[in-house]
Order: sequence, then C-alpha cells, then structure tokens
Amino acid sequence: MAEAAAKRSGKLKVFLGYAAGVGKTYKMLEEAQQLKQQGHDVVLGYFEPHGRQDTIAKIEGLELIPRKRVEYRGHFFEEMNTDAILARQPEICAVDEFPHTNVPGSPRGKRWEDVMILIEAGIDVLTTMNVQHLESLNDQMREITGIQVRETIPDWVVKQADEVVLIDLTPRALLNRLRRGVVYGPEKAERAMENFFKEQTLAALRELALRQTAHEVDLRQGDGLPSALLTGAASARETLTPAANEPRERILIHVTEAAATAGMIRRGRRVADYLKADCFAVCVLPTAGMAVLPKATSEAIEQHLDFARKLHIETRVLEGADAAEALVDFARRNGVTQIFLARPPKRSIPWLRRKHPAMKIVELAKDMQVTVVAERRYATPPA
Amino acid sequence: MPDSPYRRPSPEELLRQVEAEESYRKRGKLKVFLGYASGVGKTFRMLDEGRRRKMRGEDVVVASLQPSASAEVRALLSGFEEIPAATGLGGPAIDVPAVLRRRPGVCLIDGLAYENPPGSQHAERWEDVEELLEAGISVITSINLQFVQERQQQVQQILGRSVKESVPETFLRTADEIEIVDAPPEYCVTRAAQGVGGEAVDPVQLEHQLSELREIALVLAAEVVDQQLELYLRRQGIAQVYGTHERILVCVTPRSNASLMIRRGRRQADRFHGDLHVVYVQQDGLNPADRKILEENLACAREANALVEILQGEEPIESILQFAARQGITQIFVGHSPPSGWLSGWKKNPVERLIMGAEGIDVRIFPHSGTRHG
Repeated sequence: MAEAAAKRSGKLKVFLGYAAGVGKTYKMLEEAQQLKQQGHDVVLGYFEPHGRQDTIAKIEGLELIPRKRVEYRGHFFEEMNTDAILARQPEICAVDEFPHTNVPGSPRGKRWEDVMILIEAGIDVLTTMNVQHLESLNDQMREITGIQVRETIPDWVVKQADEVVLIDLTPRALLNRLRRGVVYGPEKAERAMENFFKEQTLAALRELALRQTAHEVDLRQGDGLPSALLTGAASARETLTPAANEPRERILIHVTEAAATAGMIRRGRRVADYLKADCFAVCVLPTAGMAVLPKATSEAIEQHLDFARKLHIETRVLEGADAAEALVDFARRNGVTQIFLARPPKRSIPWLRRKHPAMKIVELAKDMQVTVVAERRYATPPA
Repeated sequence: MPDSPYRRPSPEELLRQVEAEESYRKRGKLKVFLGYASGVGKTFRMLDEGRRRKMRGEDVVVASLQPSASAEVRALLSGFEEIPAATGLGGPAIDVPAVLRRRPGVCLIDGLAYENPPGSQHAERWEDVEELLEAGISVITSINLQFVQERQQQVQQILGRSVKESVPETFLRTADEIEIVDAPPEYCVTRAAQGVGGEAVDPVQLEHQLSELREIALVLAAEVVDQQLELYLRRQGIAQVYGTHERILVCVTPRSNASLMIRRGRRQADRFHGDLHVVYVQQDGLNPADRKILEENLACAREANALVEILQGEEPIESILQFAARQGITQIFVGHSPPSGWLSGWKKNPVERLIMGAEGIDVRIFPHSGTRHG
C-alpha cells in the first residue's frame, strides 16, 4: 500500500450500455457538466459525436483536448491525445468508447490502456462501453448476435473501475430512437434494424447488461459473500453452508491446441470471477518439449497460453509422457478443486475412437471435480 | 418451491400469458421506472419521458405527484396538465373518474405504491392504474424496490425496517416495459443520510445496504427481461436458448454426494443470480436403505430452495438431457461414474454419454461420498 500512498491514482467510472443509442455518451457528458458546475476541472479527452444532435449539444462549455493525428499506410486517423491530456493534468477526464482499438503505430494498442495511464497519473476518468465488448462474454455474444466481437476488454480492466453504472433503456424505446433517426442516418438505421437491432437480440443484450451490472455491484460489496438475501434461501444457507467456512475454489484450465480452448478459457475465467476463485491455465507437453510438436500445434498452444495471460490467468507448462496423468497429478498436488476441460469433438464413427484425453482425465480424476465445457451454439451471422 | 417468485413459468403458463396479452391488445401500455432507493431519479426520468412524448405530439397528463418532489422535478412539471388529486376521503388519491373523463393518451403517476384512503373504490393505487389501463389509457409510473411485495422481506432484512404499502410483483411483470433507474449509491446516500424520522445513519453501512438493494433491483429487472424475452421467442416460434440466465441442474442418486453437489449448485446459482434445479430419475427396485438416502438428498435439495423434480424414463441420460433442453439449463452437475451402482447396466460410460449429449451445456462431475471433497 506504500505506493498507493505515494501517488493517489485516479478513479474510474464506467457507463455501461447494451447497444449504440441507449445514451451512454449523453449520460457521461451530463455528469461531466454537473461536475464542472460543482467547480471541478473537467476536460473531454475523446468524444465521438456520431452526428447525434442531443449529444453534441451536451459538450458545450467543456474543454475538448484536440485529437492526435496518426498516419497509417498513407491515411490519417485521429486518436485520443494521451500526452496532451497528461500535460494538461485535469482533475477529471471524460473518454468515449473505452474498448476502442487504436490505429497501428499508436503508442498503445487499446484505448483502455491509455485510460490506465491517465488513472495512474491521478486523473479521474469517466468512460463508456457496451456489455458486448467484455471478453468473457464473447462466446455468449456470438450465441446471441451471430457476430464475433473483435474489440474486447479483459474483465479485470472493468473490475478496476470504482463504479459501473448501467444506462438502461428498453429495446422498444431504443427502436423508436432508431426509427426517428436519432441514432443513425436512415439507411444505416434500416440495415441495423434488420440485423443487430432486432427486438429479441436487444432484449438478450439488455438482460446481460443488467446481470453484469448486478455482478459488478456484488463484487464491490467486498465482503466476499454473495448477496445471501437475493436468493431467498437464507435459511437453507445457514444450515447448509456457513459460506465463510467454504474452501476457496481453485480452478485449473487445461490448455491444448484445440480450437475450443479459447472459449473454455473465457468460461473458466468467468466462473472463477463469479466464484471469487483462483484460476490458472496449464498445458502438458511431451517430455521432449515444444520442439517435437508440429508447428501449427505449438503455435496454437502458445496462442492459448498468451490469451490466458491477457485475462490475468497464471499459466504453467508441464511435461509428461501421458498428458492426462500429468495434469491430474499436478491438480492433486496443488489443491485444485475443479479441472476445466473442453468437450472432445464428436467423432463420426464413435465405436472406433480411442479414449480422448479429456475423457481419460475424467476417468483419472474420480476424486476431484471436473467441468467439461461445451462450445456454445452460435446464432447465424446476419447476412 | 412452487410459489417462489423465481420459478420459471411452464410452457402452459407462458401460453396463457400470450393469450391474455392478445385479449388485452386494446389495453393501455404500462411503463414502470424502477429504482432501488429514493433519490436515484425515478420521478425525474418519468417526467422527462412524459415531456419527450408530449413534444412528439402525445396527449400527456399528470395524475399524481409525490409531495416530496424536488425543485428540479417541479420545474419539469410546469409544462404538464395536472389532474388534481381527489381529496374528499381524507387523503390524496388519484381522481380516477376525472382521468377517465379527460381520457388522455398517457397518464403519469408518480409513486405506484400508495394505499388509497378508506372508502375509495380500490384499496390500492396499482388497482386504479389497472382500471386506467383497461380503459385504454397508457400509464407511466415509478416505484421504489422496497414496495415490491415479493421482495419486501429481503429489503426489510437489509434495511431493518419495513414499509406498509406494496405492489404485487405479478402486476409489475405485466408491464410492457420496465426500465431501471441506476445510479451508484453515493447519489442517494446524501439524501438518505438525512435520516428517516431524524435518526442518524452511518454512511458506510448505508452505502453497503444501498448497494445490496441495487443488486436486487438489477436482478429483478433482468428476470423480467428474461421472462419477456422468452415469451417473445415463443410467440415468434423461435426455438433458441440464449443462456443469459444461468440455470443449474443437479442430478442426484442414492450414491451421489448430494449435499456437496447441492451446496456447490446453490453457491453457483447465487453467484450467477441464477436458478437451481435438482432432479432424480426414478429407478425401480431401490432397496429401503437407498430409498432413505434418496429421501434425505431430496430434502436437502428442498432446503436449499432448489426446484425439485422426479423424472420418469427408461433411459436416465435421455430424461436428463430432455429436461435440460426444456428448462434451458446451462450447467449440469452429476456424480462420477462409479465402477458399479450409478446407472449400472449401461455398457457405455453414462457420464461420457451425458457429456457428449449435452449441447451447449457445461457438465460438472463430482466425486462420490467417501472420496475426497473439493
């Protein structure tokens, strides 16, 4: 805590929505204006008007830090000018579109990384994002929308926020806004309504945003217990679980080259976050190491380990002649309470199959809990 | 718990809801702004919506406003036509006959949870609203979580005090739209810290209480959205499960370490704000000792507030998978396959069959009683 005392870091507040047009930016600017009126030193670090008149009207009187022009392959792009904000050293800075990916050649790859720099410098940041950009929800998003969201934010980044506020709007109200041309121009609005902005898609996303916010609120209650009172099972809990005495879960994620691994890592991370559990990712290589593996295999494994580290999951590489045995042995020695595996792919001729390593792990770990994660069924992507 | 508010409606119930909805097509639309405490800005949002609708040409009137309205709210109010409250009966109440005579398109009613004075046509204000809706008048209203009947016990446990007025959650669930008015607790702390009846409130404790209420309100809204979404999908004939709502299914047998599985299931369901189901697939020829253990396991499930069901079926795995598909289960908990006992008689390992058959569902496998506990 000594370093925290040396330099107070800024606070982060996230305005969370579920689609374009629900009013995140508007709400953020409204708060920026209020803070300014109360005498705080507020600047606008990045603002994306999207041609929305109501929102544009809200920036009046706020100091806007000019964007930085970045050249990439002969074109100019505009990004947030983090250095200029640091030089200006405001008390509070509003930054639109938290999950944005910077153009290549920028000092940092992601806007959230820029925001972290501002916070480290002691600047409070207000920012906006949609729930679909949360990394651990990536598979669920594809399940709902059929779209693979590329711009994601690791969950731990959002967890750093001091506050997450939900900007709620019913899908019907949002669709009305869309029809009235408040969100997009007429052509884009029509296309949007045929694809992403279908009522059921919006309702599902809204539900996720509500649940995510409830989870963020739960996390910040800080007592390590879920809200017992939410379930109405208070009496059962008392007799069944003195929750404080429950052992802390330790989740081990089995990393392989299989494509399903990425989804399983996300799921494992999410479950670990909800259970407030420890989480680590382990892969088992042949005794001769990575070198004997085909290039595609070793690359896929590296990629998955790298992905796990990005989600703040500690990784380990083991070596052993029998992957299943090595993994289960490691799990036993390290007090793992739950092993996460990806479901084996279906074979066309099941009776010819050799026992899949995942099934072998299930067999070997009869004294442990094993979770087999199935891939989610994805919605058909919009045409 | 058949009377639990968290129970997922059966297809028949959903269908009935659809039919009811259709027969009510001429009904006014109900929109509710739900907040978790006073001071989050429900009234402001309600009036702001009224203002915007008025600007777009809808015929909007105000039929009730709470006496505690802030200056900000008063300023917004000046643009509206107000239908004065009926005061004849010794307390304020919506003048329902006057509203019906005026027949506005939209009626704004601040504070849904009021009891009408004795002698009124309806005992509660939400019943007045029901009458307006039936008459084809749309209503926009606001409510504080602590007045939602089914949540009152929880709220009372958190706040240590209770309120008399209430609105049934079933009525709120008939709303066409529920919008949550969210704000971090700090916004209401200043207001609430001024105290109820002058008593001093510790701001730290208050903030904690408020954030618990906030969580409940968010989950309540999510559940309403989930229910309406399901209704919509059913009505459109779309067979899709989104998995937004975690539903955990624990499969018990006399052999399984049911208490561990149910405890873990309960915890997982709580943390994910999801539901917990426990099933047993009926088997013939259970010996008395096993039957007793099974009864204990099921009692344990009921105590954990799980939705317990006994399934029938020749093939246990099939029965479980069918149940899971029907209920939109996202995680199945089962015991490891022992050398003999659990579903014995299967040539292929039943757990493997379950894993391969569970489309889009995670399967968590538990050790049996007597083996190491995780």
